[in-house]
Amino acid sequence: MTVNDRSVSGDIDPRTLLVHFIRENLNLTGTHIGCETSYCGACTVMFDGRTVKSCTVLAVAADGATITTIEGLAKNGQLHAVQEGFWERHGLQCGFCTPGMIMAAVGLLEENNNPSEDEIRHGIEGNLCRCTGYHNIVKAIEYAGAKLRGEEPPPAEWEVSA
Amino acid sequence: MSTTSVLGGSVRRREDPALIRGKGRFVDDIKLAGTTHVAFVRSPFAHAKINSIDASAAMEMEGVIAIYTADDVRHLGLLLAQVAIGRLRPLLADGVVKHAGEAVAMVVAENRYLAQDAADAVEVDYEPMKAIVDIKEAASDKAMVHEELESNTLITWEAGPWGNEEGIAATKEKIAEAKKRDDIVTVSMEMKNQRLIPTAIEPRAVIADWNDGYGRMTVYSSTQIPHALAGAIAKTFGLAANAVDVIAPEVGGGFGAKLNVYADEMLVSFASMQLGRPVKYTESRRESPYNTIQGRGWVATATITGTKDGEVLAFELDGLADMGAYTQNFTVAIPFLGTFVGSGQYKFPTHWKIGCVTTHTMTTDAYRGAGRPEAIYYLERILDAYAREIEMDLAEVKLKNFIPESDFPGAVAPIGFQFDTGAYQTNLKALTDSAEYSELKSLRDKARAEGRHVGLGLSSYVEVCGFGPSALSGLGFSWTTYGLPSAFSGSGLVRINGDASVTVIIGTGPSGQGHETTWAQLVAGQLGIDYEKVRVTHGNTAESPMGIGTFGSRSAAVDGAASYEAALKVKAKAAQIAAHILEASADDIEFSDGSAHVAGSPDKSVSWEDIVTSAYHPHMLPEGMEGGLEAHSVFSPANATWPFGAHAALVEVDPETGFTQLLRYVTMDDCGNVISPMIVDGQIHGGLAQGISQAMFEDAIYDEEGNLLTSSLVDYPLPTAQDLPSFNLSRTVTPSDVNPLGVKGIGEAGTIGSAQTVVNAAVDALYDLGVRHIDMPLRSRRVWQAIQDARS
Repeated sequence: MTVNDRSVSGDIDPRTLLVHFIRENLNLTGTHIGCETSYCGACTVMFDGRTVKSCTVLAVAADGATITTIEGLAKNGQLHAVQEGFWERHGLQCGFCTPGMIMAAVGLLEENNNPSEDEIRHGIEGNLCRCTGYHNIVKAIEYAGAKLRGEEPPPAEWEVSA
Repeated sequence: MSTTSVLGGSVRRREDPALIRGKGRFVDDIKLAGTTHVAFVRSPFAHAKINSIDASAAMEMEGVIAIYTADDVRHLGLLLAQVAIGRLRPLLADGVVKHAGEAVAMVVAENRYLAQDAADAVEVDYEPMKAIVDIKEAASDKAMVHEELESNTLITWEAGPWGNEEGIAATKEKIAEAKKRDDIVTVSMEMKNQRLIPTAIEPRAVIADWNDGYGRMTVYSSTQIPHALAGAIAKTFGLAANAVDVIAPEVGGGFGAKLNVYADEMLVSFASMQLGRPVKYTESRRESPYNTIQGRGWVATATITGTKDGEVLAFELDGLADMGAYTQNFTVAIPFLGTFVGSGQYKFPTHWKIGCVTTHTMTTDAYRGAGRPEAIYYLERILDAYAREIEMDLAEVKLKNFIPESDFPGAVAPIGFQFDTGAYQTNLKALTDSAEYSELKSLRDKARAEGRHVGLGLSSYVEVCGFGPSALSGLGFSWTTYGLPSAFSGSGLVRINGDASVTVIIGTGPSGQGHETTWAQLVAGQLGIDYEKVRVTHGNTAESPMGIGTFGSRSAAVDGAASYEAALKVKAKAAQIAAHILEASADDIEFSDGSAHVAGSPDKSVSWEDIVTSAYHPHMLPEGMEGGLEAHSVFSPANATWPFGAHAALVEVDPETGFTQLLRYVTMDDCGNVISPMIVDGQIHGGLAQGISQAMFEDAIYDEEGNLLTSSLVDYPLPTAQDLPSFNLSRTVTPSDVNPLGVKGIGEAGTIGSAQTVVNAAVDALYDLGVRHIDMPLRSRRVWQAIQDARS
């Protein structure tokens, strides 16, 4: 398979999960395991252009696929707009759900780069965060959407109130 | 929104560049050469005798290295607990299991798949026994959870009654007088504060790496309390305190669940010593609720006696709290923490009594708020019911009964504890006079005119945090059981490096609170050094000063103050060195833009680089001055801090289905001074989500046999982004007077303020249908049932 623009291969036990292959064989530990039941979304990666939860995909099912993990999102040292949005708008606290959440947001914005708050909330509903109450994640995705549309992002709440 | 920032301002977090690029390093990401992996054999029964364990077939399986049972680890003793009241946990079940999922055997294998395969092949012959799950049944002592204990009630925390002898007499007299006037109302309700599963998204993980060449144990653990864990391991294995290094790298959420010392941490340490290889255990989500502490689990009756015009004459709380089967770190102390805020913000006499009861369920301990959300929930729910009963606005009742602002600082609560600062009337009015609150009222009225069941809930709270004063160490606010000499004092070390960059080393154990950012702001501001040049490190016991960890919203108020004072020490010494170089008086030295300047003589300055060079060339220093430019401070506050606030929620209920939706949420919190508004608001958001989630979604349910029915995220629904609205936050600022920063702490306030606010709103929505109370969580079926019960 191709992972983050790099061709990779491995000889594995057929029951190996994609997330374990990514983490253990490829040493890409940015993709996290939060529940192993595809409920929390911490393991979300891009799989042939769509977001999937890599804890419930067998690695062999990804044979020949093109995968992007959080490590492959920034290009040439330039953060993806969603990564920038999470940083600029305090969209993360402990950071454990963050890689999966960012991948889900990337997938959402690729389909619709101008989502409403409801559409954002719906779009990331498959990814759980226990720290932020989602408030600033929504703001981070709004920021990224604006960036992707070439617009000036709305100011941060703390800038408005300061 | 109004915010005041006196100390820092909102800057992008230092922690984030790694975390947003997948470069953050959590325990499960760490791979040591030769690592072995653990899986546990867990009991399917809540209470059973273990007749035999046969691991022979499992031992023959591929990749299996060792299988351990109680026989192998009994000599290590029971798991240490800081407040050791009740039955302590055996490291592995010893002849009997006391809760479902209790670890019976530990398999060590070459990888986690093989370890799990072998764990499944271990044959255990159980003889099931009757499980005691219901807390009231347990409290009746008809059958014992642990035969060796005299009662299932481990301890009863009682505060009051009503202050003192004089207070009791005065209260009784007032009640008698009111009765004579026929001016008395008594409102009483039994309410549940259900069990919760903390559910950090990162499951707990631990790696132990014993090196017998160095005689040293290195443990990586997703813990909030690295120093306490190091102490516990040293004590358990008879090692010197300096032979155990605990490293807490990135920790993926804690919420109190990682404020504990766990049997698995001792067991991997044991296995590593036995095998001479690193041993790793990562919890699966499915086993996490059986292995990591749960929270809450109270049932209590709250009673208010008051006059018809809103003067509360007495408040009583009488209830039970579920401790689970085994006592861990602070288990029985959690309800005690509730007593601190038992009388809330009010001046009325209070009598508070909670029995701590053991059952055949997983241990409970600190979960975000830890005793305080429970205490405030009961008080604020019954006050709301009382206000409705006398048909008086809840805000008016509050204003009538609040401790007056003139009593602060240092007001004493009727339940006996002394506050720092407070301004409850100002804070509540700031909320109820706000445009946001008016909007909630008009939205409710408009919806009602359309026939919709929309309710407005109000509540306020005071909490206690910032532990704490060293004088409280005798009450369990210390790590002495784990062999540490420490009270819950803060500590911080500030070091100026040769290039005038700054290293700050702190003793906290953050899990997303942004300490690397906030502490850098604090220290940079004092030293006049660019924030970008200050690096904050934490979570490695080998290099950090004695540390207490991160919990109880204590880090900024205690450890932040310590780092601040260490920075002041460094600055004072640097001023003397600069004065010596510039031939000026140290009193005239000011620091900014990376240099020391003489006040009034802008051309006379010396850079931090030159100051630190002098500091490490003692011959260049003033006569008698010691070399070096670093300082360590230990800070012990005179009192804990007491944040407070008021919240309002707008909730809609569909009476046909019971479906309940949170429409709006507005806060007016007061956590004293604010270092970074961005981080403080983030803490409130997360705290709100957890309190609201208790009110609406989460419920750890055991069946009669003690099976946990909610061990997956499907059965135990955490809120998704769609379940919550955006929050509308504001604050008042009443600085604390017990630390030099004037900060109070904000990690738990959102949780403590919110559950009852949502329930009050739901009751408001359904009051006209006759609903007076609904136990949490407000899931459709329960709400629908409450409506049916009220109608019948």
